[in-house]
Amino acid sequence: MNATQMASPAQAQPVLLDVADLRVHFPVSQGIVFRRRTGTVKAVDGISFSIRRGETLGLVGESGCGKTTTGRCILRLTPSSAGSIRFEGRELGALSHRALIAVRRKIQVIFQDPYSSLNPRMTIGQIVGEGPAVHRLTRNARQTEARVRELLGLTGLADDVYGRYPHELSGGQRQRVGIARALSMNPMFIVCDEAVSALDVSIQAQIINLLETLQREFGLTYLFISHDLAVVRHISDRVAVMYLGKIMELAGSGELYDHPRHPYTQALLSVVPIPDPDVESRREPLLLQGEVPSPLNPPGGCVFHPRCPLATDICRRVVPVFRDIAAGHQVACHHV
Amino acid sequence: MTEVAAPWSGIVLAGRLQRGGGALLRFARGQPLGAAGMLIVLLFILAAAGARFIAPFDPLTPDYAAMMTPPSLSHWFGTDDFGRDILSRIIFGARTAMLVGFVASFAGATLGLVIGVASAYFKGWVDSTIQRLLDVFMSFPLIVLALAIVSVFGSGVNNVIVAITIPMVPRCARVVRSSALVLREVPYVDAARALGFSHSRIVFRHMLPNVVAPYLIMLTSFMGQAILLEASLSFLGLGVQEPTPAWGLMLQGGAEQYAESAPWMPIFPGLAITASVFAFNLFGDALRDVLDPKLRV
Repeated sequence: MNATQMASPAQAQPVLLDVADLRVHFPVSQGIVFRRRTGTVKAVDGISFSIRRGETLGLVGESGCGKTTTGRCILRLTPSSAGSIRFEGRELGALSHRALIAVRRKIQVIFQDPYSSLNPRMTIGQIVGEGPAVHRLTRNARQTEARVRELLGLTGLADDVYGRYPHELSGGQRQRVGIARALSMNPMFIVCDEAVSALDVSIQAQIINLLETLQREFGLTYLFISHDLAVVRHISDRVAVMYLGKIMELAGSGELYDHPRHPYTQALLSVVPIPDPDVESRREPLLLQGEVPSPLNPPGGCVFHPRCPLATDICRRVVPVFRDIAAGHQVACHHV
Repeated sequence: MTEVAAPWSGIVLAGRLQRGGGALLRFARGQPLGAAGMLIVLLFILAAAGARFIAPFDPLTPDYAAMMTPPSLSHWFGTDDFGRDILSRIIFGARTAMLVGFVASFAGATLGLVIGVASAYFKGWVDSTIQRLLDVFMSFPLIVLALAIVSVFGSGVNNVIVAITIPMVPRCARVVRSSALVLREVPYVDAARALGFSHSRIVFRHMLPNVVAPYLIMLTSFMGQAILLEASLSFLGLGVQEPTPAWGLMLQGGAEQYAESAPWMPIFPGLAITASVFAFNLFGDALRDVLDPKLRV
């Protein structure tokens, strides 16, 4: 739907992933003998976006806004309740088990926590080599080992980590192992779920540079999920801002950061520190009132209205349409 | 492919135990009671393995000239009402006890391990069905369920092993499942799913090796219980049958009848049962403290 007007460098590329009206609702039930459904957590509530080949889409929002659930849904780790996810034009929900395994190879993930994302009982060589060996991307043990060593080299790891266990490595090294494991399947698309959030700032920069290098080298496409606006701006071609399970604004990253249109995006950006004390002191942060409402009982109309400085009567009654306001710039707000 | 394919290689006795001598020494220093228990267990295992060479007499041949002799230099623990040497019968009885103890607890704990991890991995209705089924088994006390099984299948060593294995399965499955439920949400399991691995590979290769600690603890704590259960069943006449030497069996019959005039007949097999169960429990407790201080079975 929104695949036609993109203000990104990857404009000429075909759409790789198209998400339309995706919903993930978790039923909440009570009672032991007679279980009854008492509510629904709308973790993701009707979001649409598409990503072109070779592009990086940033997905930002506060914790609990549904950005991780969106990523898990694309990876088929969490089932969706409604909507469609098309990868290379094929609907993931309609695939047979066998076909899904083939597609899964092309969609890989890098997790936030470099400690719990590696099996503590396997060596680095086993962790990185298991995928290629199981899916017969390599034909024998020697080929697998060569492939693993190649991947370790690509991700900037020393060759001697091959026989080590995860607990012997540092956080940054572990994250590189996670990247090597994702790359081992020759993926087209990688979901980076808070991939650098748990790392030190200096290591963050190294990992981001690595991700960018790999993207250029292998033509990878990223969905970069993060709450760190500065990191997302750096790495993304386009950025989507989520709030309570909905996308509030989506635009090219330069456009979004320089001319945010949605009041929520404006508020978010106003609290990002600027590394210049003069500018910083003259700036007025746009502080929001209250807390994020519970996704169990989201506000009617526009979900942002209880905290929005621009809210009027229409915001309380009518859900704003996610619409184009300029080429490649979409906003869900009545007052923009 | 070799190291990646072997699904059990990671399970081989929790790495730290494997690193041999040094670890064993540290265990002995930190857990002296546990080390003592381990030593007694080893003695019983040696006695069972080398019974033929250690036992001074044949455990089965009656000697009507030496019936109910009190402990002496030739018969250290005395003889029973058929004139059979009690020490020899205890040494051969260790075979029955160790065989039943090890096989039943290993089978029970391992079945429980697989069922527990699978139950946690598949979640939903599979999990609920398995758990309710286990509830049914758990609602019987261990000995009652074992009695019921033996009375259906009949007595004899093999059936006793089955009868002791079955009540152990749900107990281990329960404990393992609670550990595996946590693992289910761990990112490396998600990563394995994203890599398109089969259910069995994820369960056996990625989850099982990481619940080895509760498994080992259940295993050792089961061994003492299994030996006790075998002795109880034999004592009740539903376990191992005469003339096979078994400790529980030695407490029965003549031992009851002549308990006052020939107290060595029940005392020594009773001590053997007590010592072995006590040793297994000491060892199991120490192992639990070393592997997982938080877990209390």
